[in-house]
Amino acid sequence: MIPNNFQYHRAASVDDALTLMAKHGMDAKLLAGGHSLLPAMKLRLNQPDVLIDIGHLKELRYIKKEGNELVIGAGATHDDIAHSQMARETFSMLSEAADLIGDVQVRNKGTLGGSLAHADPAADWPAVMIAAHANIEVKGPQGTRTVAADDFFTGFFSTALADNEIITAIRIPEPPKGTNSSYQKFMQPASRFAIVGCAASITMNGRLCSKVSVAFTGLSDAAFRASNIEAALFEKMPTEENITAAVQKAGEGVMAMSDHFASEEYRLHLARVFAKRALMAAAK
Amino acid sequence: MATKIKVKVNGKTYSHEVEPRTLLVQYLRDVLGLTGTHVGCDTSNCGACTILVDGKAVKSCTMLAVQAHGSEVKTIEGMADNGALHPLQEGFREEHGLQCGFCTPGMIMASADLLSRNSNPSEQEIREALEGNFCRCTGYHNIVKSVQHAAKKINQKEKVAS
Repeated sequence: MIPNNFQYHRAASVDDALTLMAKHGMDAKLLAGGHSLLPAMKLRLNQPDVLIDIGHLKELRYIKKEGNELVIGAGATHDDIAHSQMARETFSMLSEAADLIGDVQVRNKGTLGGSLAHADPAADWPAVMIAAHANIEVKGPQGTRTVAADDFFTGFFSTALADNEIITAIRIPEPPKGTNSSYQKFMQPASRFAIVGCAASITMNGRLCSKVSVAFTGLSDAAFRASNIEAALFEKMPTEENITAAVQKAGEGVMAMSDHFASEEYRLHLARVFAKRALMAAAK
Repeated sequence: MATKIKVKVNGKTYSHEVEPRTLLVQYLRDVLGLTGTHVGCDTSNCGACTILVDGKAVKSCTMLAVQAHGSEVKTIEGMADNGALHPLQEGFREEHGLQCGFCTPGMIMASADLLSRNSNPSEQEIREALEGNFCRCTGYHNIVKSVQHAAKKINQKEKVAS
């Protein structure tokens, strides 16, 4: 399958890409790893007139510490993150999620920024970024701004990103000492996308949870924070009993998706099961 | 509008003008005549088109030729050294790691990525590294043995060399 014809521009830098985007407007799409965009183009689900390639830009591909933040360049591949000791030490759910995306070949090409911008409702990263309280740094003609992951995913394949903006980095605040996290998913066996995925992080103060973060993907039209589960465990001991009680709230008030892989009822069941697994792993 | 690319494939540098929508696998097969890289599903699921780009396994049906500009590509044709089979190729022959052979080039290139990172993988690690490659004949059993054969051979060579 060959995509529709398009004009190709290899951006020399992020700023060059912004200039090209300003020039071509809505006709242009950014190309990073291409592992969401190219399959969509081959199926004619997307037919951009112009592709602006930022996949080779070294300025976007890094993982570093900056003050008390882990900063991941938008062009870092899933494989880069899976093998980053720094990422693992910040939040183990980062490495766990990276390792569960697609397969080796997909992880070698697909990028964090690309996945977040694409905002597939079944993608793994959005839930992890919400649970990590990440801030997404985007650059546009007006300069740079950051959007909290909580506000970034606005709906089905929709984000707070404007048409003339590029995700440049993902900033993850260093969690307090005593924090442990996990990402658990039930995957579609062919695509390996999450039917339901849950990212959870627990910070302990003595025997009690002083901070709990839980986010789901795959359950509804966009990844979201499960504030109800977080509240149910706050200042409680993370025992199996308490976790089991808290996850009963999974998906409350949420319009759960239903498709030929999993009905709404089954997805809600999976949400409880995988939230429990993620929280139990984070409680260890 | 054709775009000029320069790519090193199996050690040889090529310059061509390509239509931007040309997939890398088409470029390899139709322009360079390297038909050892196969197109299976064409949807980045089956892994038959796996090659190495800058040392990492990628599915060449899900990459544009223009994206490979400035990169080093290795295909199955670049694995043998002056007629001597690469340990992976030898492993697949010795352990009967193929039946119809369609998936084999992709299996070998994905395994090459694995062995470059981990020269002594466990059975589990081999199976995980080949998650993105489908074989509809062998049941994977002998493929795992083939990769183990290659790993052993490469490690023996390194021992002799040191």
